[in-house]
Amino acid sequence: MTRRWLPYPILSALLLLIWLLLNQSIAPGTLLLGALLGIALAKVFGLLRPPKARVRNYPLLGLLFLRVVLDIVRSNIAVARLVLRRDSRTHSGFVAVPLALTDRYGLAVLACIITSTPGTIWVSYDPSANVLLIHVLDLVDEAAWIDTIKRRYERPLLEIFQ
Amino acid sequence: MSHLDALPPWAAILVAVFVMLGALFAFVGSLGLLRLKNFYQRVHAPTLGTTLGTFFMLAGSITCFSVLHGRPIFYEILIGVFLTLTTPITLMLLVRAALYRDREEGSADVPQATLRE
Repeated sequence: MTRRWLPYPILSALLLLIWLLLNQSIAPGTLLLGALLGIALAKVFGLLRPPKARVRNYPLLGLLFLRVVLDIVRSNIAVARLVLRRDSRTHSGFVAVPLALTDRYGLAVLACIITSTPGTIWVSYDPSANVLLIHVLDLVDEAAWIDTIKRRYERPLLEIFQ
Repeated sequence: MSHLDALPPWAAILVAVFVMLGALFAFVGSLGLLRLKNFYQRVHAPTLGTTLGTFFMLAGSITCFSVLHGRPIFYEILIGVFLTLTTPITLMLLVRAALYRDREEGSADVPQATLRE
């Protein structure tokens, strides 16, 4: 019964939370409409037949989040400095990172991390070879970047999703 | 905007600092669009605006309206959440389109496609 009406309880709860935040009220009517929306939209989402996501390690997810926030702040300052530097020639380039991560949700999170961090962008991902191509704005040491991505982000993501 | 007069000085200063910092990061990001040399470099710059730029703007907004209304107002956080979730999609589309064109033109600056992609 619960599975039939609430196939994605976390998604429904998040939708309800967003609805309450947008309306800025917890009046019974808003709660009811939000709950209905949460259940209905989660059922629509189910029609897409998404592969099952399993988060194995919630504390690590929080830790990764904090690490990413810190990295975003740091690279904001680094990129700002790069832009404001008088001599605007920077050495940038592509880096191919061989990945061990294959879980789709893990890859999606990795894409958000890499793109949200100024200075690196996700360019393309080759699922057959499992190689990720990124572009780095301030490329000094290719091996160091591969190591950073694998150690700082991929290892926790492997533990969380795979 | 006369109700902004009701903002106590400490809050006004805090909000001003937040908004100026946000504007600064957004500006530097836009400046990067102008100053950096090629497409792949330029696409990095606007992320300043979508990360710290947005963060400080939202912090300013949250502080301002929470103080004015005397209760915590933080639905601006949603803007940050949606921006973080959607920027990668636009950026990836742009970068992949550029990469596709450069590869078609046989540019030496971009890595060639692997066999099956």
